[in-house]
Amino acid sequence: MTAALTPRNVVIAVLMLLLAAVPVYAAVTANTFLVTLFTRVIILGMAATSLNLILGYGGMVSFGHAVYLGIGGYAVGILAQEGASSGFVQWPVAILVSALFALLVGALSLRTRGVYFIMITLAFAQLVYYFGVGLDRYGADDGLTIGRRSQFAGLLNLSDRTQFYYLCLALLVVTIYLIARLVNSRFGMVIQGARSNDRRMRAIGFPTFRYRLTAFVIAGAICGLAGALLANHTGFISPATMHWTRSGDLIVMVVLGGMASSFGPLIGAVALLSLEEALPVLIRVSASPMFGDAAVRMAEYWQIVLGPLFLLVVLFARGGIDGLLAGVRRG
Amino acid sequence: MKRLLMGTVALVALGAAPVGAQQSVKIGFVSTFSGPTAVIGNDMRNSFELALDHLGRKMAGKPVEVIYEDDQQKPEVGVQKTQKLVESDKVDFVIGYIWSNVLLASLKPVVDSQTFLISANAGPSQIAGEQCSPFFFSTSWQNDQTPQAMGTYMTQKGVKTAFLIGPNYAAGKDMLTGVRTTFKGQVIGEELTKWPDQLDFSTELSKVRAARPEAVFVFYPGAAGVQFLTQYAQSGLKGQIPLYTAFTIDAITLPLQKDLALGVPGAQEWVNDLPNDANKKFVADFRAKHKNYPSFYGAQSYDAANFANSAVVAVNGDLSKKDAMRAEMRKANYASVRGPYKYGNNQFPIQNFYLQDVVKDAEGNFTLKTVTTIVKDSQDQFHEKCPMKW
Amino acid sequence: MLLFIEQCLNGLQFGLLLFLLAAGLTLVFGIMDLVNLAHGSLYMLGAYFAATFAAWTDSFVLGALLALAATLVVGMALEVVALRRLYGRDHLDHVLGTFGLILFFNELVRLVWGPAGMSLSLPMWLIPPVEILPGLFYPTYRIAIILTALLVALFLYVLVMRTRLGMLVRAGASNREMTGALGVNISLLYTLVFGLGAALAGLAGLMQAPILTVQIGMGENILILAFVVIIIGGIGSIRGAFIAAILVGLIDTIGRAFLPDLLRLVLSSRGASTVAPAMSSMMIYLLMAIVLVLRPEGLFPVSSK
Repeated sequence: MTAALTPRNVVIAVLMLLLAAVPVYAAVTANTFLVTLFTRVIILGMAATSLNLILGYGGMVSFGHAVYLGIGGYAVGILAQEGASSGFVQWPVAILVSALFALLVGALSLRTRGVYFIMITLAFAQLVYYFGVGLDRYGADDGLTIGRRSQFAGLLNLSDRTQFYYLCLALLVVTIYLIARLVNSRFGMVIQGARSNDRRMRAIGFPTFRYRLTAFVIAGAICGLAGALLANHTGFISPATMHWTRSGDLIVMVVLGGMASSFGPLIGAVALLSLEEALPVLIRVSASPMFGDAAVRMAEYWQIVLGPLFLLVVLFARGGIDGLLAGVRRG
Repeated sequence: MKRLLMGTVALVALGAAPVGAQQSVKIGFVSTFSGPTAVIGNDMRNSFELALDHLGRKMAGKPVEVIYEDDQQKPEVGVQKTQKLVESDKVDFVIGYIWSNVLLASLKPVVDSQTFLISANAGPSQIAGEQCSPFFFSTSWQNDQTPQAMGTYMTQKGVKTAFLIGPNYAAGKDMLTGVRTTFKGQVIGEELTKWPDQLDFSTELSKVRAARPEAVFVFYPGAAGVQFLTQYAQSGLKGQIPLYTAFTIDAITLPLQKDLALGVPGAQEWVNDLPNDANKKFVADFRAKHKNYPSFYGAQSYDAANFANSAVVAVNGDLSKKDAMRAEMRKANYASVRGPYKYGNNQFPIQNFYLQDVVKDAEGNFTLKTVTTIVKDSQDQFHEKCPMKW
Repeated sequence: MLLFIEQCLNGLQFGLLLFLLAAGLTLVFGIMDLVNLAHGSLYMLGAYFAATFAAWTDSFVLGALLALAATLVVGMALEVVALRRLYGRDHLDHVLGTFGLILFFNELVRLVWGPAGMSLSLPMWLIPPVEILPGLFYPTYRIAIILTALLVALFLYVLVMRTRLGMLVRAGASNREMTGALGVNISLLYTLVFGLGAALAGLAGLMQAPILTVQIGMGENILILAFVVIIIGGIGSIRGAFIAAILVGLIDTIGRAFLPDLLRLVLSSRGASTVAPAMSSMMIYLLMAIVLVLRPEGLFPVSSK
């Protein structure tokens, strides 16, 4: 895998360098909010990357992936509330419970296909969402405030914004690397083969169900870890994190960034956030000459541009941003 | 891009100036500006702006800058917007918060950064008790107080059995608990409904009809209050079983509830006809500018502005003197539109509660009128759980 | 006993409202194989149009009729301009594209009508309750909803089963290619079907408006329930949607009505109030999951493609 100097690789390299430099820049400009902002992007990028394993490579459109963010988050929140604030306890629990739930959902859902698969993953996600809404002891719909970040016995201080940022960044890089290795291994070949033609794969002799279930569990576990990070980041967890519209957001990040590509989901996460910040500015700047002061009010409605943008991406840029960069149309 | 640009400009312009030497007073205002309850947020914003206009838009000679943020009635959005105000905009005060669940989620970032939070509405029991903070002040009430006043009134009226209905979130639970504290009759039914999604109360109203209580107590702020009264009338219960309310009938919902609200009493710490000078000026100028009456949400926001001002004036604009500001704030030394009041150890008001009734004014509009004082100098029941003493 | 009947009526009314929404969704999904998340936006538009036209014409009924027409037009325009390009594509493409449309419509509504939402008052003659059984008073308007929805269900049945158009619709649902090969103008058929679905969604939206809400994003919660209904009922089957919708409506309402009291036997009152609505929602999704595992085609599947 020699890294050629293609436009796409250059962009990815620059992106990673910029991400690594964020805390330094923030320290220089005394703007701590930048670190907060990009920590969130990185965590969501990690969640989207985990989804890409099953969605982009595996062709399994899970509309309930955000539920693992919630499971991981509640693992941290509930344990913290009950007095177990050690990260060594919280984070393994987050990963384990997420993996077990993914095992359950996968075992029951992976026998279905197409829209039925989408709906059944959605059903399970909503089950957990409503379960969270019913958790009277842990805030129910109002959510749970997490008093202290996960403690790591002095090895790491997660309350230090910079340390936490680099930890998240490291975990993101490990995730991307792990999934890239998985995908390029025999395991990954089976998954991708099963996406194009499951029957043929089984005819050759691969127990595709087992492979796909494993991928499903891995994706869920990684997302559970992302959930634990997210809960630490916001200091708050509520069932809203698991709502089906959040799963929709993750799917958008994967497709917008580029399915079946290593860095695509991260690009999608960055792009989505950049669009949220840049579109209003763009609208205001371009409408100003014509509409003057009204341009500020017009900029508030930026989502009116974002929505059709998704449709256009679906219709004309199926490979997402990564696809555009690589100059290859996947379909 | 924008942040990169602004970051560079800020660096060049300010050099290494300490935070406290800002040239203006920055206030972050968190409320709901979208969705059906946006009307409440707008009422609060209009009242806050009116107060700033009355102050000449300056506090202790420094210009005031307000950043309004929309919490979309969701705790997770509220906490994010609050974090942005505190970390990115570096405001000196965070004011607002309609909803108790949003406030509970957003409290930590504010007090951790040693910024003052003035709640102009929400008053959850947790913040009045164990989670009290020297950086938190309320210009409204503690959630239980208003329904407690109503519970007292219901007892005075000789009600023997009651059915309680409210939304299932922090404030709703507080409200129903509050009534139970002072109502001496028997509570024969209690229903908490899904909030804010559930606007169809047919299930609960059917239960009321079956239980046949002497009275019903209800708490539904905003649009839900309109729907509840409408459905109460549609189900035929209006006129059969009297209704007692808290925060369900106010200047915002009344124009939509109209006749349905006649004869339905409510309790409040402020009614628009309270006879003090500050209130007369507030209501008159508000009506002149916006045509309708201000609500209690607005009155509390108007007070919050003047309250913050009293603190800024006391330290002559030097906002780094937090302890001095707090000392002044604890005196409640400003002209509140509800009249003079004091602060308890948990920095919640000790104040009177009045009975409000619905009447028509000279121009034929529906409005509220003070009937009597239900309770004087009421203090919330959680102050003893608060470890602060001063 | 009267309480139980009243709660059943409440459940029936909710279920029928769901049916109106689900019918359009299942038609579009069954015939054009299109997963349309923006269906909830059409529901929202129906409510907004009704509130606006009722205010202009000072008549609830007139406003409702105009709103229906407007939603029909918007639906057909949407199909022609945007959605027909998605036919034949992957379901994921549908999901993403129409998800984007949800954002677009939410913002458009915010732009045109403002962020605060609207209200739609009932005319005076619909407010007083009616005594349908001795001692049982039920709101007149809810009876109106039940009757209207049942009439629409009957109309749909007649349309699909007894008219030529309906025959084409059923043919298209069973075998698209063959129907096209027989020379039927499929494009026009699809546009009309989509328009019909949009009108049904708009009707559901405007009917619930006086008792519930007219606000941005109001379609999102009920949309998911509509999808649950069509999965349980069987994609493409209006009869399935009818049965499933009433089932879901009853489960939700009876659950919310009686579950808290049942739970109070084991939990605190507060706990019961929090857990009960969550449990009744969970039951609906559990039902869908069970149906998907045991009978993936739904309860009343349309014949295979």
